[in-house]
Amino acid sequence: MDMATRRAAWFNTIWYPMVALGCVTLIAGAALALAHRITAPAIIAVETRTLVASLSQVLPPDVADHDVFSDPVELIGPGGQVLTVYRARHDGEIVAVVFQQVARGYAGPIHLVMGVDRSGQVTGVRVTRHSETPGLGDKIEIRRDPWITSFTGRSLHDGTRWGVNKDGGDFDEFSGATITPRAVVAAVKDGLHWFEQQQPHLLATEDPIHE
Amino acid sequence: MSSSYRSIIRDGLWTQNMVFAQMLALCPLLAVTGTATNGLGMGLASTAVLLCANVAVALIRNWVSPSVRIPIFIVIIASLVTLVDMAMNAWLYELYQVLGLFIALIVCNCGILGRAEAFASKRPVAAAAVDGLAMGIGFTLALVVLGAVRELLGSGTLFADARLLLGDAFHFMEITLIPEYSGFLLMVLPPGGFLALGFLMALQRAWETRRAKQTAASAVTETGV
Repeated sequence: MDMATRRAAWFNTIWYPMVALGCVTLIAGAALALAHRITAPAIIAVETRTLVASLSQVLPPDVADHDVFSDPVELIGPGGQVLTVYRARHDGEIVAVVFQQVARGYAGPIHLVMGVDRSGQVTGVRVTRHSETPGLGDKIEIRRDPWITSFTGRSLHDGTRWGVNKDGGDFDEFSGATITPRAVVAAVKDGLHWFEQQQPHLLATEDPIHE
Repeated sequence: MSSSYRSIIRDGLWTQNMVFAQMLALCPLLAVTGTATNGLGMGLASTAVLLCANVAVALIRNWVSPSVRIPIFIVIIASLVTLVDMAMNAWLYELYQVLGLFIALIVCNCGILGRAEAFASKRPVAAAAVDGLAMGIGFTLALVVLGAVRELLGSGTLFADARLLLGDAFHFMEITLIPEYSGFLLMVLPPGGFLALGFLMALQRAWETRRAKQTAASAVTETGV
């Protein structure tokens, strides 16, 4: 029997496809595991860097005398989920907190990060991730439009009407996109309500007891 | 370079172009070509996968029996795509945030499985590598051209955010061609992709038809009929 016929005979056995596919899967799996070990530290580093950058954007400069990112605490968030809150301290006292909030946008969730100071005033809001319509809803991004900065300095009790103009509120909507700004305004307002409820926990100098 | 390699390259770039001739891989094509930069990023990622998949398939072509070839090719392509996905997440994070959702879709880019099945599984490694590279570059060209047309008509810029992909040195590529342009949203949205692709294809067909006519005409004069 020559080589070609012998190979054709192997190919036709019931176990050959199983062994061949098994070997390929094994090699592919090993390659992926190795690649994961190589890339995982870089992925964590870059995600951390992005988070730190967004944290510093929603806090006034020099508000904290330490690395805010290193001072997280976990609480139950407005939607019932576990939420990581980062605390900015000055002389040990918590002067502001930063947390993430999710708005229900037109084309899916809009991920926000917002900062609130001791008195319940917004220190800044930024959109970290969204899939709103390009050219219309994406004006919520700071690099396209300064709209998102209109939250800065506002609070629940300073007379701000928390809604878009169309609904009788103080915030502009975009021509052609009302749902997006409405969702962001509602999410920031919810975040402030949650802050008010949780204020004693959030501003306690000692960590709350974890259960 | 031997003439067979030359014809492989010509096939990949033009005559068998994955988009304009074979009309394959239209899903990632239409999804990401809102800007030329996104097209370039997606094209380069697809080229890397295509090249590696072609080489891998050509390497094991004698050990793959016909009955399991498709699952084996798919395992190889899916693994390579995952590798590209991880690498981009780790080292090209800004671009990954834009393209991340679509990178996984390279798996179902039928063009890649098509090259593995139609070319790499029957040819030596070197030819498969050349084919993968040529097809990939042809695909990238199609993505960049379509992205550029849509970006220009849609937002009046070219290669916006190129520095996210290529580094700060390539900031010069970012051109605003129409300042104070209010934008033509339709071109940025998926329907604009279909429209632009349709017109580009019509252009390519018109060019081919004209060339065929010229060749025919010159052949007629040469034979003196």
